[in-house]
Amino acid sequence: MIGTPGAPVEAPREVTVAHAPRRAGSTPWRLLLRRPTFIAGAVILLFWITCALFGTAIAPHSPFAQQLLATNMRPSAAHWFGTDQLGRDVFSRVLVGSRSILEIAALATVLGTVLGTALGLVMGYLGGVVDLLVSRIVEAVLAVPLIILALLFVTALGSSVLVITLVVGFIFTPLIARTVRSAVLVESQLDYLSSARLLGENSARVMFVEILPNVMPAILVEFTVRLGYAIFTVVALSFLGLGIQPPTPDWGADITANYGVLPAGYWWETIFPALAIMSLIIGVNLVTDSIEQVLAS
Amino acid sequence: MTAADTTTAAGTGGGTGPAVTVEQMDVTYKVRGQDRLALRDISFQIGRNESYGLVGESGSGKSTVALALTRYLPRNGRVSAGSIRINGIDPLALGNTSLRELRARTVSMVYQEPGRALNPSIKVGRQIAEVYEIAGLDRKSALERSEAMLRKVQISDPGRVMERYPHQLSGGMAQRAVIAMALAAEPSLLILDEPTTALDVTVEAEVLDLVAALRDEFDTSVLFISHNLAVIAKMCDRVGVLYAGELIEEGVAREVFDQPRHPYTVGLLRCIPRRGQRKDNGRLDTIPGFLPPPGHSLTGCIFAARCPIAEERCRTAAPPAFAISPTRSSRCYLHEQTPDLPRNTPVNVELVSHRDAATAIVRVQGLSKTFDSRGEAVKALVGVDLSIERGETLGLVGESGSGKTTLARALLGLIAPDEGSIVELDSRPLEADARRRPREQLKALQIVFQNPDSALNRRHTVRRLISRPIARLAGLSGARLRERLADLVTSVRLEERHLALRPSQLSGGLKQRVAIARAFAGGPRIVVCDEPTSALDVSVQAAILNLLVDLQAKEQVTYLFISHDLGLVRYLSDRIAVLYLGRVMELGPAETVFAGPHHPYTEALLSAVPSLDGLHTERIRLSGEIPSAADPPSGCVFHTRCPRRLPTGICESTEPPLLEVAPGHLMSCHIPLDELRTLQDTGQAP
Repeated sequence: MIGTPGAPVEAPREVTVAHAPRRAGSTPWRLLLRRPTFIAGAVILLFWITCALFGTAIAPHSPFAQQLLATNMRPSAAHWFGTDQLGRDVFSRVLVGSRSILEIAALATVLGTVLGTALGLVMGYLGGVVDLLVSRIVEAVLAVPLIILALLFVTALGSSVLVITLVVGFIFTPLIARTVRSAVLVESQLDYLSSARLLGENSARVMFVEILPNVMPAILVEFTVRLGYAIFTVVALSFLGLGIQPPTPDWGADITANYGVLPAGYWWETIFPALAIMSLIIGVNLVTDSIEQVLAS
Repeated sequence: MTAADTTTAAGTGGGTGPAVTVEQMDVTYKVRGQDRLALRDISFQIGRNESYGLVGESGSGKSTVALALTRYLPRNGRVSAGSIRINGIDPLALGNTSLRELRARTVSMVYQEPGRALNPSIKVGRQIAEVYEIAGLDRKSALERSEAMLRKVQISDPGRVMERYPHQLSGGMAQRAVIAMALAAEPSLLILDEPTTALDVTVEAEVLDLVAALRDEFDTSVLFISHNLAVIAKMCDRVGVLYAGELIEEGVAREVFDQPRHPYTVGLLRCIPRRGQRKDNGRLDTIPGFLPPPGHSLTGCIFAARCPIAEERCRTAAPPAFAISPTRSSRCYLHEQTPDLPRNTPVNVELVSHRDAATAIVRVQGLSKTFDSRGEAVKALVGVDLSIERGETLGLVGESGSGKTTLARALLGLIAPDEGSIVELDSRPLEADARRRPREQLKALQIVFQNPDSALNRRHTVRRLISRPIARLAGLSGARLRERLADLVTSVRLEERHLALRPSQLSGGLKQRVAIARAFAGGPRIVVCDEPTSALDVSVQAAILNLLVDLQAKEQVTYLFISHDLGLVRYLSDRIAVLYLGRVMELGPAETVFAGPHHPYTEALLSAVPSLDGLHTERIRLSGEIPSAADPPSGCVFHTRCPRRLPTGICESTEPPLLEVAPGHLMSCHIPLDELRTLQDTGQAP
């Protein structure tokens, strides 16, 4: 390594033998698959997603077929979860019923996440009056119990599937915005944003190209958390008679339709839709927890 | 291996037997079911009242040694071979009760971050008193002893400090409190793990003096761990150099640093500018390559891959520790050749200087910046007048809180200066906000930040990180962008294959190269370097400094170089500005400022820096810490700490103007230059 004076210096060997020090790190995805809680949650979720997509094909009976001679039948080999007051197969209705809830909850959460992310980025990055104003609105929304707020809007606007999706999505927007905002504030301390300013980048680019990829993990966790809440909210609304209307199979609506006969001992008509709701929420929470832990480690 | 034992004869001091004996110790970490050797075959002794230093770069295993001694290794780590004796006791064989006893009475530790060593919810006094209570004292006398102990660590108002919570103490005060706590048990071994790394030089100097004084008073043995060779040279009787988990050289500190006998130690010492070395009289040497990965299974010498004189046998069989003298050992077959070790980087590179002292490229006048902190006006900069000349390197020094970074950020347009401040580029005013600056102005001023982890977007690839500024500032696209990218990558000595990687896949030095490439992408005229090497290891630092020097000559840029490391500033800078509480105290050609007579503050900074060359010029010490900028002292802001304050009272009442005391040399001090010259030559305070 002898350089002639004045000539550009040869590259020091540091670079030529360089090896990337953290090459073989496990990807977050691999870390997730190593967690039993994630596997369990994912299996439950996948099961219900399959039912939602192909429910009618999998179900042993049509969820609408009434057998008026076989109403309120106990669970048996022919009807695993028994039949309801109209003689419909409860097992088939539970399987097919996953569709409406997953559709509405997922769409509403996606809507809330997209809007909340945009709002959170603007609040966190631009700060100032926008942040102050939106923060107060967020606090106001948070002060009212979620379900009451949803009820208020649904009663005012009518209880179509579209309205419920929009209402739940909009209610989630400020909640998600708040989470994204605080993640953005952490990023704002970092020099790469100063660096972007010194390149004369505009705010939109800084927010969506520079910051957004770095707050994605926080958004992902928030999305799964909200999905659980969305499922719960949508079920509660349909239990109150808002949302999916009979005879479309729906867990919440089916519980409402049948819990009147619960005192008569026909427990299977309400317990199985209720268990379905429970398993779905548990599945979502297991996945959420594992994602959170992997991202935290 | 037996040769290692010969070094143990050096244990100095009296008492019965050494305080610490470590013999052929291996430490293994289990990572994903696989054993990885973190330390191998470590043997050393610490005599009674001896101070033993462990130096090494990050990843060398320094802290692991301390953890192994106190049995604080993490759950997946264990001492897998060899033995440890502390005061004749084997900590590995102890049960829970006696281990607690050992940690409470025999060994104390002081870590890098004092804030994390103290419980934030308990008052400082109670925390120290707890140590005495464990030793059996009642609460009242424990508190009394704590107060006395705090006085010993030179806390001037111990009564008040005891009533405070840790967050109410400054870094230096908190570290003293931790040292007080560590010494309260009167341990026979005190382990200090980078105790001053988080502190300013002036505070560091005080804490080091304190440790040295207390060591004598308490008759304690010290294990001092640091990456800073000069600190070790100052503090330790003997030193061991760690590399990749092996003790590669050991001996009396002075001898090791003056005549290193292992190629790694030689290389490490050549990476640091010494004896007033400057960029014009030769470049720094570098150590090529990287530490072997943890848990490596190398058959030969661990340093062979980076060693310029490695032979065949170095690669096939690990060298034993050769005894060079009764007090020295080196794990190198070729230890006799080390004094003539060939350089990895040629010394003589002709630097084409584009300096033009006549032209001020940037001119700053009356630059002030006031921050609002909970209703209080914090004056970070007060009326700074400064010009940066074309092609020069202007060094900016001062303690933290002196306004260095604020000045740089104001120049860059990242913070808006106060009304009335003038910041000009080529005699034309610069927009205060970078977002409103036209491309020409953005192009002209760029920065290399201190921490590349923060400065590089971790989700973007290196290609994207470097391409974007080329597109934005140079306005290139397509084939011409790719051409410029290839050029830049070559000139910062990265490689094509790095382009596809993300920052987390690069080492610290490579990351900083990416950051430098970004700063140079648009063809800047001034590059601000804000502590660009403070997050890097010494060997990497040298390569980055060489790169900055080369780029300056090649791209004809001007540097504003900010650093707390006066050695680096001296090496790189043509002129130096010394800042204190947002005011320029002294400004002048680097050699003049360093040679003196200097401003008392500059003098204090220089005296505080530990030197590797054995010339300790500890003439004056600053007491206390930099006052709050919200409530600056009257008159000369430095008078509260100035060791040369005039008895006339003028320093307290009148702020001295920044006057030219010699051609190009400005100073803000009431003491006339000639008097300063006399004072600083004799070293007597007035």
